[in-house]
Amino acid sequence: MNSHHHPSGLRRRPSTRLRRVAAAGTALLLAAAPALASAPAAADEGGGDTLTVALSQQVDSFNPFTAQLAVTTNILRHVYDSLLTTDPETNGPAASLAESWEASEDGLTWTFQLRDDVTFSDGEPLTADDVAWTFTTMMENEAASVANGNYVSGFRSVTAPDGHTVVVELDEPQATMTSLNVPIVPRHVWEPILEESEGGDSLAEYGNEDFPTVGSGPFVLTGHDKGRSITLEANPDHWRGAPGFDRIVLRYYSEKDAAVEALRGGEVSFVYELTRAQATALESAENVHVNTADGKRFQAFTVNPGAVTQDGEEFGDGHPALADRTLRQAIAMAVDNQEIVDKAHGGQAVAAGGYIPPRYSDFHWEPEGDEAAPDFDPDAANAMLDEAGYERGGDGVRVSPDGDRLKLRMHVHQDRPANVNAGLILVERLADIGIEVDNRTVDPGVLSDALYAGEYDLIFTGWTVNPDPDYVLSIHTCEALPTEPGTMQGDAYFCDEEYDDLYEAQLAEYDRPGRAELVRRLQQVLYREAVVNVLAYPNIMEAYRTDQIASLQYEPAEGGNIWGQEGYWAWWSAEPASAEAGASASGPSTGVWVGVGAVVLALVAAGGFLLFRRRSTMEDRE
Amino acid sequence: MTSTPTTAGDPSGPGATGAPDPADPAGSGRAWRVARYVAGRLTTAAVSLGAVVVAGFFLFRILPGDPVRAMTEGREVTAEQREELRRQFGLDEPLWQQFLDYAAGLLRLDLGTSFQYREPVAELILDRLGSTVLLAGTGTVVAALLGLFLGARAGWRPGGRGDRVNTAVALFFWSVPTFWLGLLLIVFLASGRGFVPGLFPTGGMVDPGTDGVLETALNTAWHMVLPVITMVAVIYAQYLMIMRSSLMDEKGADYLTTARAKGLRDTLVRRRHAVPNALLPTVTLVFLNLGQIVSGVILVETVFSWPGLGQLFYSGLRVPDLGLVQGLFVVFAASVILMNLLADMVYPLLDPRVRP
Repeated sequence: MNSHHHPSGLRRRPSTRLRRVAAAGTALLLAAAPALASAPAAADEGGGDTLTVALSQQVDSFNPFTAQLAVTTNILRHVYDSLLTTDPETNGPAASLAESWEASEDGLTWTFQLRDDVTFSDGEPLTADDVAWTFTTMMENEAASVANGNYVSGFRSVTAPDGHTVVVELDEPQATMTSLNVPIVPRHVWEPILEESEGGDSLAEYGNEDFPTVGSGPFVLTGHDKGRSITLEANPDHWRGAPGFDRIVLRYYSEKDAAVEALRGGEVSFVYELTRAQATALESAENVHVNTADGKRFQAFTVNPGAVTQDGEEFGDGHPALADRTLRQAIAMAVDNQEIVDKAHGGQAVAAGGYIPPRYSDFHWEPEGDEAAPDFDPDAANAMLDEAGYERGGDGVRVSPDGDRLKLRMHVHQDRPANVNAGLILVERLADIGIEVDNRTVDPGVLSDALYAGEYDLIFTGWTVNPDPDYVLSIHTCEALPTEPGTMQGDAYFCDEEYDDLYEAQLAEYDRPGRAELVRRLQQVLYREAVVNVLAYPNIMEAYRTDQIASLQYEPAEGGNIWGQEGYWAWWSAEPASAEAGASASGPSTGVWVGVGAVVLALVAAGGFLLFRRRSTMEDRE
Repeated sequence: MTSTPTTAGDPSGPGATGAPDPADPAGSGRAWRVARYVAGRLTTAAVSLGAVVVAGFFLFRILPGDPVRAMTEGREVTAEQREELRRQFGLDEPLWQQFLDYAAGLLRLDLGTSFQYREPVAELILDRLGSTVLLAGTGTVVAALLGLFLGARAGWRPGGRGDRVNTAVALFFWSVPTFWLGLLLIVFLASGRGFVPGLFPTGGMVDPGTDGVLETALNTAWHMVLPVITMVAVIYAQYLMIMRSSLMDEKGADYLTTARAKGLRDTLVRRRHAVPNALLPTVTLVFLNLGQIVSGVILVETVFSWPGLGQLFYSGLRVPDLGLVQGLFVVFAASVILMNLLADMVYPLLDPRVRP
């Protein structure tokens, strides 16, 4: 190891000696390393199979009434059941706590029949009373409404006429009743917390970290090391059957590239939200399966049609020419969505399309073959602008009929590479039709401020669309316009009478094919008005270790994802890769640790010895 | 440079052992001067802290973006839900009222409440302070020892081969981005490539489920190797350069000629005479860094998912979680001020020339 060191003289001796000791120490460490390295990270902690997930975001609070972050909602979905869930085969509603459900003739009364074999993890049965209490608390208590109050905003009352029947009375019919993704909590645990203070602030402040938490889901929260890890233990008595793994450990990785390396080394079993580069790199890794799923998100840019409040007060400083639908349509027609997919997403996306991603096949709408829908056609766009009186100036940039030069600001999220790249393409394509773009790649906070102040021309946006598309459609109704500047509920200052009528109709339509038809027509209107221009649906990329996880359920089954499911299918169904994982499911033994400790001690001792020795020998010898 | 050199120096410890005996003959006038000096420093520190509190509050409120909008981004929330969150965070109050509440809280040592974690900021900080001090402390001590050791050697023979190599290597690492270096270490030493096994963990501080004092300590040490290497590699150059240049300053001093004239060997001249004097400027640097280490390890903590204050700050800035970031800001700034104050107090003990 140190044979290449040739002491070349007395003067240099101390540092040579130092190097020798360092080299010897390194050799010792390297010798001990294989023992350490063989220790898998999906390690065993007290027996059984552990599935380890690399978590990329810290949880905010485990309180299901207040938790905001998607990562937390995701975890809580495994801890608390909801009335219905999403069928992984059909994407439609499926039975969960409720075995059956029906609406009255007028659509204002919904009756849910609950299973009778559900117990909470503390052994208490889950009854209709728990369901009614959970909903009623969110309705009556503002502090308890911040997480899921949107689901109950149209509720008049929720009652439990008997132990297994829940009756919901509505103000207006709403088709979203089969997608109430609300965690049902045990009343006997939460009521005392609510009653600790008036106004419910005690409930809002409660972090729900009294482990193990009491829930009815397939897993029980048993530990949270802040900033480090979260532990879920399987609930063997879950009514749907016991999960395949005994334990899920979610380890926090603040850097995604490090998490990818952890997967490669086998320290974690699963990594989600990969970039294209990360997914590509993992494809060649051994024992790793990369799952590419159909996107739930759309990537879009919106055009400021003129920011107004609900009372019609104009504000902001959007380019006045953008109020003209012809100009907006020309802008949409100038952009080739396939080019965005190829260049901005490296092919890992699907070109749009309507507002709802094709993953939800019955709600999705495509402009192709639709005469009213303008497709990518820069020549036609130029012709339209010529005809509408937008004349090109000497520098090739058009001037509106009112004399305003078509120079548009564009706000792009600097933290989203796909948006940054798409922005660069937009600059070029809009130049093709005589529009100059001032490309502003900014912090998301700056972008958000510009949007709410109405001080933008083109701006990027994107939403994750749930199996029930009601919410993402609602943000473009006239009601989503701000009541005063800065308070907008939507994200585009869009307001269209035909759209509003269709929106109301789809919400009241309980027949799914009928509703799907209305949802498709809504997208047609959005497309025609060219305020919200959807560019692409980015694929979801995630990866797991096949030597740790043998199988799991995608949602939907075809082209579906693992992380961020509506249900808890993936982790509930995941089966350990028995042979290897079982055999290697033991952490580094104490012996190994003692060995490492000995090496460290030896190094320290050698260092100390060296320091002392140097002093004495130098004085003796030199 | 005619003052008497201090000779009791120990190159590895610039602390109390290196300090000359302060028991000089001193009158009451000296005590008065010392008291005035201390009072002056304390006042300066208090004023700085006050400025930091005000700046911290308003600085983060100038940050673009709205905490409630950012926290609810992508969520299907109604306007009423956003209003309720605003109320819970106290953002519906006028700015001056928010500031008064905040300042009053600080007087009671209450740093406020984090928006996203819904926990007192002080608790969040205390939870993670230990991790940061462990990592940053180890890194700083190792970097300082390494830098001073190499710097003394380099400065003694400036332009020599050892100097050129050491300085070049140190400056190379100094200019390397922390993130990149950390990731390289992870790729080559943590996950394993080809026949190279993964030697160290990719992140975190201790494996979940580790128990027992010895096992936890060893597991933590194992997790610390890569972050400490990264941190040391990036920062040791500053100690090296300071030590090098101050040793070069001392090199021509008369007292060294005297020492040589006494017949002392070159190494002894360096170790016993030159290094203790050259250590003085470095002490200031060490103390300044002790204050900054807490905030300086943000990048290292992020790459290695170290559960410390850096990671907490990073998660707070993304929102922006005003309660959290302003609390951390005050703590970071206070630690710099405190360490500066300490340096001001300790420096006269080490260097008779600056005694009041």
